[in-house]
Amino acid sequence: MFAAKVAAARAVARLSRLTGSGGGTTLPGRVLLQVAPDAISRLAGRLQTGSIVISATNGKTTSAKMLAGMLEPEVEVCHNRAGANLASGIASALLAAPRARLGLFEVDEAALPGVARSLQPRVLVLANLFRDQLDRYGELELVGQRWGALTGELGPDRVLVRNGDDPLVAMLPTGSARTITFGIADPAIGLAELPHAADSKWCARCGGRLAYATVFLGHLGDWVCPNCGARRPALDVSAADVRLLGLDASEFQLRTPLGTARVRLPVPGLYNVENALAAAAGACALGSVALERVVAGLERFDPAFGRFERMRIRGRDAVLLLVKNPAGANEAIRTLAQDPSPKRMLIALNDRVADGRDVSWIWDVDFERLVPWLEAAVTTGTRAAEMALRLKYAGAPAAAIRIDSALEAALDLALDSGDGPVYLVATYTAMLELRDLLVRRGVVRRYWEAA
Amino acid sequence: MTDLRVGHLYPEHLNIYADRGNIAVLEGRSRWRGIEVTVIGCGIGDPLPDADLYYLGGGQDRDQALVADDLVSRSADLRAAVDGGAAVLAVCGGYQMLGHRYRGHQGQEIPGIGLVDLVTDAGTERMIGNITIDCDLNGSSTHVVGFENHAGRTRLGAGVSPLGRVLHGHGNNGQDGTEGVREGRVLGTYIHGPLLPKNPLLADHVIAAALARRHGAVTLEPLDDALESAAHAVAERLAAHR
Repeated sequence: MFAAKVAAARAVARLSRLTGSGGGTTLPGRVLLQVAPDAISRLAGRLQTGSIVISATNGKTTSAKMLAGMLEPEVEVCHNRAGANLASGIASALLAAPRARLGLFEVDEAALPGVARSLQPRVLVLANLFRDQLDRYGELELVGQRWGALTGELGPDRVLVRNGDDPLVAMLPTGSARTITFGIADPAIGLAELPHAADSKWCARCGGRLAYATVFLGHLGDWVCPNCGARRPALDVSAADVRLLGLDASEFQLRTPLGTARVRLPVPGLYNVENALAAAAGACALGSVALERVVAGLERFDPAFGRFERMRIRGRDAVLLLVKNPAGANEAIRTLAQDPSPKRMLIALNDRVADGRDVSWIWDVDFERLVPWLEAAVTTGTRAAEMALRLKYAGAPAAAIRIDSALEAALDLALDSGDGPVYLVATYTAMLELRDLLVRRGVVRRYWEAA
Repeated sequence: MTDLRVGHLYPEHLNIYADRGNIAVLEGRSRWRGIEVTVIGCGIGDPLPDADLYYLGGGQDRDQALVADDLVSRSADLRAAVDGGAAVLAVCGGYQMLGHRYRGHQGQEIPGIGLVDLVTDAGTERMIGNITIDCDLNGSSTHVVGFENHAGRTRLGAGVSPLGRVLHGHGNNGQDGTEGVREGRVLGTYIHGPLLPKNPLLADHVIAAALARRHGAVTLEPLDDALESAAHAVAERLAAHR
């Protein structure tokens, strides 16, 4: 009976691809879960070496892709690589990989408790929690409480991999799980103070105000609660002597229980160092990955779609950046600022359900830091005018801002401006639309093929 | 020289819906007219700054509970400031705290400062979405747009005026068609988005009310509001098609 339901759902996947309506990354799973609500746990039971789950507000697609690079091709992995990270996406990935031995899933932070209870992953990687889509997820602390209920249940045969730099994550209960803590061990790379959009300034245990020896990004750093004495746990996996190499790469000393190695990570920004640590710590938790493969997986990494993805459009270099929330947008801006040359940008702001209907978050992003080197900006998307208004109050001169709510026209307008690379910044659904457009122009492949 | 002093209450706790945007608008629209602006942050235990306008934003439940006692201890000072001509703008959670009390799901009560006659009770479903209200500003009907996201149901006391009437959205309680409160120079509202950038007429109304404390009636020069109007129009259209 279950086999027949699985076969029917696989037929849906083939149909979805044939009709060109999508890559079959969510629909087959949704269909299957409707007829067999326990499908995830049943299909996951067939994975001989169990599964590893990565959840976070920011960076989970990147971390999962880095980890896949460490595991494949030696291990046959079932991986929701196109980023469909709700229960339907997990079920679809399981359907599509009947011979996989290991499950590797990125899971949406709100969907995590339900999905993890079905999957019963051997390793749970929790990387960060930032303010994101208040209209959909509710307040940050509610998500944190639901995560805590989950981690408190973990048994002794589980490994909890946690980001020590994020006090909300590091202070989650650990049940009787073994823990592996990762974080950055380089005080020189930090910021002097918490940025405006820092989401968690208060101790989850006692409510006291946290103090930071160093802030890495958002509320991530080397923290201590002067009131109750809680502090960042000792790091099992860390990055020391970090060098940020402009918009191209970063280098760091990767320290793990498996040994230490110098790593050149071919993507920019400190947030990607955090993402790399999550992946490396996940690999250590699995217990079957050698240090050489961890390093090779990181050094060969090709960015996930829309994450500083480079392309050429009409003979011009373009870089595609996905932004979803203040913390992620601030890191994108901080990374861009490492190269102080004047820049031309397209900023696409949508307010569809998957973006968050409430666009107030853009007012928490430090666009002020972008203005000094912003030569021209074209804003587009369903909230193009709001985005232009945000740039105005950030101090951008009126002459530098143009609005065209039609994406294709706006893209061409941005491509016609000035010289040098064009930075294409987009919220989730705007990025999907932009990629569709670029697929039609033959610039990039479809997301389920490219990922 | 004309100057504006803004007292920003609990900026580190009450900032969940981009309250910084409201402050940026108060600063920008004043400075563009040559009005000097000072924003003075006031955290728990800090002395209440001498200000023409007190701004109170919204926070996560726990942050609001953390500031509630401190705010209540300032009730008399805030009352005196308002009686002395100061203006107040309170958004979301800050708006609820202007009233007598907030009653949670289990009946537990968090006291407010009682600056205006209103009470709030927790509801089961959150009221979320784009919103447009009709608001009388300086004798003319003005549409104020934004986004609301609140579980609290607020009811105004008899004879207390709302900020406006709901055209699209939920408003104070989803039932009586009122949104926010307006009593003299005290304004409260559930509308964020943030409130002021897309509503330049309301922003100027607040600035003028605040300036009146020390500078009397001030005529604000018109500004180029083309982008503000464009963003306003989009938000109003979205609210109508919710």
